Amino acid sequence: MDIALAPETLARWQFGITTVYHFLFVPLTISLAALTAGLETAWVRTSNPKYLKATKFWGKLFLINIAMGVVTGIVQEFQFGMNWSDYSRFVGDVFGAPLAFEALIAFFFESTFIGLWIFGWDKLPKKIHLACMWMVSIGTILSAYFILAANSWMQHPVGYRINEERGRAELTDFWAVLTQNTALAQFFHTMTAAFMVGGAFMVGISAFHLARRKSKKHRENIPVMRSSLRLGLVTLVTAGLLTAVSGDTLGKIMYEQQPMKMAAAEALWDGEAPAPFSLFAYGDVDEGHNKVALEIPGLLSFLAHSDFESFVPGINDVQKAEQEKYGPGDYRPNIPLAYWGFRWMIGFGMASLGIGLLGLWLTRRKFLLPKAMRTGEDEVPNLVLFRNKALGPRFAHMYWLVALWTMLFPLIANSWGWIFTETGRQPWVVYGVLRTADAVSPGTSQGEVLTSMIVFTLLYAALAVVEVKLLVKYVKAGPPDLTDDDLNPPTKIGGHDSEDADRPMAFSY
Amino acid sequence: MELHDVWFVLIAVLWTGYFFLEGFDFGIGVLTKLLARNRKERRVLINTIGPVWDGNEVWLLSAGGATFAAFPEWYATLFSGFYLPLLIILVCLIVRGVAFEYRAKRPEERWQRNWEHAIFWTSLLPAVLWGVAFGNIVRGVKIDAEMEYVGNVADLLNPYAILGGLVTLTLFTFHGAVFAALKTVGDIRMRARKQAFALGLLTAVLAAGFLGWTQADSGDGASLGTLVVAVVALVGAVVAIRAGREGWSFALSGLTIVAAVAMLFLTLFPNVMPSSLNPAWSLTVTNASSTPYTLKIMTWCAGIATPVVLLYQGWTYWVFRKRIGTHHIADAH
Repeated sequence: MDIALAPETLARWQFGITTVYHFLFVPLTISLAALTAGLETAWVRTSNPKYLKATKFWGKLFLINIAMGVVTGIVQEFQFGMNWSDYSRFVGDVFGAPLAFEALIAFFFESTFIGLWIFGWDKLPKKIHLACMWMVSIGTILSAYFILAANSWMQHPVGYRINEERGRAELTDFWAVLTQNTALAQFFHTMTAAFMVGGAFMVGISAFHLARRKSKKHRENIPVMRSSLRLGLVTLVTAGLLTAVSGDTLGKIMYEQQPMKMAAAEALWDGEAPAPFSLFAYGDVDEGHNKVALEIPGLLSFLAHSDFESFVPGINDVQKAEQEKYGPGDYRPNIPLAYWGFRWMIGFGMASLGIGLLGLWLTRRKFLLPKAMRTGEDEVPNLVLFRNKALGPRFAHMYWLVALWTMLFPLIANSWGWIFTETGRQPWVVYGVLRTADAVSPGTSQGEVLTSMIVFTLLYAALAVVEVKLLVKYVKAGPPDLTDDDLNPPTKIGGHDSEDADRPMAFSY
Repeated sequence: MELHDVWFVLIAVLWTGYFFLEGFDFGIGVLTKLLARNRKERRVLINTIGPVWDGNEVWLLSAGGATFAAFPEWYATLFSGFYLPLLIILVCLIVRGVAFEYRAKRPEERWQRNWEHAIFWTSLLPAVLWGVAFGNIVRGVKIDAEMEYVGNVADLLNPYAILGGLVTLTLFTFHGAVFAALKTVGDIRMRARKQAFALGLLTAVLAAGFLGWTQADSGDGASLGTLVVAVVALVGAVVAIRAGREGWSFALSGLTIVAAVAMLFLTLFPNVMPSSLNPAWSLTVTNASSTPYTLKIMTWCAGIATPVVLLYQGWTYWVFRKRIGTHHIADAH
């Protein structure tokens, strides 16, 4: 059989395509749910209509996005059984439980309360309507937690034993699966990274609107976009700093639990003490060394063990150790993919953080800003780099453009982070316990897997075009005009009084 | 009753919830072409399930996830074996969800019409395929000693399973028509009643045939009891809709689904996927289940979560209890 079409290869490509695609929608859903809920909270507390406008605007974009997240998530629930039946048989006793928890607790929460939120503007008092959005947000976060606990078990299996007779892993300590340090660190890292995505998204789109101020219609959007810009910047920067911290925590755990992945991330072939951090490398996998390397001495030791002296094992060392432990075989992942995936994750993430920090400084508030530089609610803020001097129109416009064009940087970083951590675990699907090659469905044919891969890829590509066009349309349209009904939500559940029972629904499909 | 028996029942409950709730969603989707005469009416129908279809669909995800956790072998054999039908169902559910959310987001005629076609077909196909799938599960399929499905797609398209598919299609459409009569007002409500009556008669013939066949093949006393309940409830639902008692009719069409699913699971037990090659190779509640420890944790989770879910989903139906008609649909979209 042609190796490129081996069942394992096809199944892995399919999992990669469907999962990376699904995760394009997940971080934005998680962060925008909370941010929209935050904006609606501001509306409920202050009764300032600009917050309601902002809620409706970001809420609409959130809904267009979550629709895709939800439907592509359905595939995730079933493809373990379809393409990875031997995996499912082997790990179901352990891995199935968090998945079932996710559906029973998080998915029901999310999907039920999102329906209430979408259709409930004229049916629910505003505080209850707001509570529904927070429920959605809690649902997205719980969902992330359970699925990350399941994934962490694949990265670092705990709380189980192997039943030789049944040929499967069996759960012995569910609490350990839910609370092991890998799960907590992965959750922390994924959440902060998700909020970077939402923050940068908000900054980019607000910048787009603040940059165009020619017509009256555009100028009306300024108060909403000013607030959104600040909220986005604060979210991006806070989440960015926390992502660096959580990434460092997760990295140190990985050096302990999966030294091969981290050696691959550095293309560090032979262990060194102190170990350098690689800035650029071009390696030869067959020869087992780098041809070109640009390094910062000692930094890797620091990242792995918090000192500049320690030994960090290399790819060849771990390969030898794993061969002794698990028998002959190649235990190296795809090294260039791990190396560059790691760098792109950090690079795109940190670039976005930098742009956020710059924006936060440029748009700083009163106590740091001289009086003459301050602007009103309905004015585009001055971008003030140095004291007493605002950026000229050309440079200001340039910052808005940079913010717009880099708004997807954290999303790219998210994708590469997952590609890195999942391919970096290979050849294992459950680290040290089950090889990916032993996990595929033995009964499904090449034709079936190929068919489903082509179908999903084409469908997803078509939907991506539809979704992006729709997002662009609603981004450009800007915040909606508010009606009297919007400003006067019902005071009791079920809607207004019976005399106006015949008025049109506030929202209908 | 051991834990794996409890979980057999719970999986049946989750599938029942799914077919009860998404059953009328699918029916509404089919009725957008059968009952609705114009765009406004199609929108009335779609909006009767607008706030709830997503929550209803999660019953499927829960059934899937719970099967994975409680009966990993069942999950693995079923979804790797019924590969292509499941693929079609997944594609339908993806397109359907997007269609509901995106249809009204652009004013262009072609855009809206295409999504409306999509809603019809992606409701119709899963409604048929779930019946075909369950027909095959109950009848037994070619499963070898390694618990692997060794048949092909054509094996799944046997007369019994196809009849099962027609039953789920008509039953869900009937259930949907009754739901439409219950949730709408005006002309469409009256026509929904009439159509429900006709659909109900058709369903009764097909369902009696399918359930009778099931009873003759592998039934016992208990399954006969559920069969009787299903048929009587169905007839009652038809009579009730004729009499204009929409609430009663809906309760009874729902009871038909509950009893029919219960009957299929009763004839299945203690198997979860019988092998048509050798009874010894069948997947059963014992050889397909997880460990008691996992089942115990799952029992706690499902025992607490499911009633709470029923509470807040029930509350959602109460919030959106008002009937809607064409005058409730704004022209703006």
